[in-house]
Amino acid sequence: MTSATTRVQRPGALWAAPALIFFGIFGLAPIVIVAGLSFTTWDGLGNPEWAGLHNWRTLPSDKLVGSGLMITLTLTVLTWATQTPLALAFGAWAAGPQRIRAVVSTIFFLPLLLSTAAIALIWQALLDPTFGLPAQWSELTGLSANVLGDPDLALWAIVFVLLWQFLPFHMLLYQAAAKQIPASLYEAAEIDGASPLQRFWRITVPQLRHTIIASSVLMIVGSMTYFETVLLLTGGGPGTATRILPLHMYLKGFSAFEMGYASAIAVLLVAVGTGLSLLVVRVSGYSQMTSEREGV
Amino acid sequence: MLGSALAALALGLTTACGTSGPGADSDKAGVEVWMVEDASVNEVVQSAIDTYSKNAGIDGELVTYVNDAYKQRIQVALGSPESPDVFFNWGGGNLAQYVKANQVVDLTEAMEANPEFRDAFLPSVLDVAKIDGSYYGVPMQGVLPVVLFYNKKVFKEVGVEPPTTYSELLDLVDTFKKEGITPIVLPGAQAWTELMWLEYLTDRIGGAEVFQAIAEGKEGAWKDPAIIKALEMCQDLVERGAFGDNFSSLTSDNGSASTVLASGKGAMYLMGTWEISNQQEHNPDFLADGNLGFIAFPALEDGKGDPAAIVGNPSNYFSVNSDSDNVDEAIDFLVETMASDAYVEDLIEIGHVPAVAGIEDKLAETEHSEFTTFTYQLVAEAPSFTQSWDQAIPPAAAETMLTNLQLVFLGDMTPEEFAEAMEATQ
Repeated sequence: MTSATTRVQRPGALWAAPALIFFGIFGLAPIVIVAGLSFTTWDGLGNPEWAGLHNWRTLPSDKLVGSGLMITLTLTVLTWATQTPLALAFGAWAAGPQRIRAVVSTIFFLPLLLSTAAIALIWQALLDPTFGLPAQWSELTGLSANVLGDPDLALWAIVFVLLWQFLPFHMLLYQAAAKQIPASLYEAAEIDGASPLQRFWRITVPQLRHTIIASSVLMIVGSMTYFETVLLLTGGGPGTATRILPLHMYLKGFSAFEMGYASAIAVLLVAVGTGLSLLVVRVSGYSQMTSEREGV
Repeated sequence: MLGSALAALALGLTTACGTSGPGADSDKAGVEVWMVEDASVNEVVQSAIDTYSKNAGIDGELVTYVNDAYKQRIQVALGSPESPDVFFNWGGGNLAQYVKANQVVDLTEAMEANPEFRDAFLPSVLDVAKIDGSYYGVPMQGVLPVVLFYNKKVFKEVGVEPPTTYSELLDLVDTFKKEGITPIVLPGAQAWTELMWLEYLTDRIGGAEVFQAIAEGKEGAWKDPAIIKALEMCQDLVERGAFGDNFSSLTSDNGSASTVLASGKGAMYLMGTWEISNQQEHNPDFLADGNLGFIAFPALEDGKGDPAAIVGNPSNYFSVNSDSDNVDEAIDFLVETMASDAYVEDLIEIGHVPAVAGIEDKLAETEHSEFTTFTYQLVAEAPSFTQSWDQAIPPAAAETMLTNLQLVFLGDMTPEEFAEAMEATQ
């Protein structure tokens, strides 16, 4: 038998159709409709009324849009800066062969099983100023128990809860990737007399380069969707201290019922999100990833 | 605390059961009623629907949604084919927006045809559903004025009496502070609890007309000196430490604020009369021992407002959707049911104080008769019953108001800036 030299002809467009239609209806169509709505005023009752550029003119003068964008970006940077080093360290540690590490990592993964809403409500109860943890540490150390109500602390509380929630997931990524690193690299390094720390920095970290990028992309793009944690934990408060842009959009849409204006914010969010993910992909070289099996 | 954490856990691990939409496939006329989820009231309404359906030979159905979801659902559903025949609303500005969109049936004619039905309700409560001189809603549950709760045990231990005037209240603030007790519990994580202070102070300073002008959208109404003064008094209370150091973290959602009062860590708590159900749920012993005290909001010595005036939620209302195929049946259901002895008695049984005249004797027999009688008299004797501002003004303005009010309480916004920002929403 001769091997087939001609490629099997696949009806490309037809095969892609189900996915394309799905993406069109649930991905593209809403964006187009929202973009259209952003030129109207609509409170959900009756029909949208054409408003021209009114919503778009309001956008720059709305202080909460500017501050919302800043808080969103701050939150993105803080979550990345806290989660990446910890996930990397824990993930590399958990990749070791010892049984105790497997047991401990299983416990660490528990937050992955909980929904975001449950996590936010649990931490809201735990951070209660009178009956929660802050009341205890306030008694011990004299520090303020006003965590979620302090404009300077509330954002850090959110960063912490997000860390608690998402660390296990990223740890899992690093653990899986670290297990793939060939043992021969470590053996060779050991023979050369490299210390454990040197092995971590010279072998583990470089070998995990692509995982670091993948995990960072997930974190940064995902940070646009931290909405429910913030809504349930602080509601954007105290005042407007943690009102991230997605939350501002939600409140304008479903609390103030200014659907047209909320749509304008949504379009802005889509633009920011797309820009951010393009930037990350470009800067990190995510698109040109090649095999990382160096030296093997 | 562990309890609410576990409840949250359970919430996260189970998928919520949704209520299904319209049913009524049979040939009989169907009346679909939508309301907010509230186990005890739902049961009363359900039994009223069942009784009426059987007698009138129609297909009645009750559909419920949790509070926030309901507000979104009804806003989108009205005017669509998926809309209910009878829907729950908050009266006032909330109802007015549906009326403006021509989504509500004018009930004035039905009221005039049945004067005994109309006159059964307390006028101050029924009038909240009166838009431009016509009735668009019928009170469907108890009145919920805001009152000043206090912990009797704490007052006794410190040796003080509840305040009847505002200056007495200020003295009490200093006294309790010295004792290491939070004078006033304020769950400032939710701006609507702060709004209650602004509402009462404005009413006591300038009378009910001040907010009336705002609700009517009069120019300059938000810049009324009474509003500025009331906001300054709120900030003054914060600075005096009346609300303690942690009020901006405190929430009322998980029963935290109620427990602060019940545990004696806090002395007073300005809240709607629904607080009694919160205490029943979270601190039944505190309630059973008779330690929950309640008084009307104190009088302001040099204020123009009537000290008997009240604010809060006069009631919730049932209105008829003008797109309904069964408008006549829906109206008949409301007229036959909402003031009927059976419905009123069922409401009283679950602890409500219905907005119906002449029920003192029935209230006297209830479990918390002292409280229900107090509430009833407060409402019956009030010269005005100002609806909670966030329900009375359009939702967009309400959202801005609540955000800015939190900033005022945090000291990040001045009363003048608040007035300026609100004036822009008129």
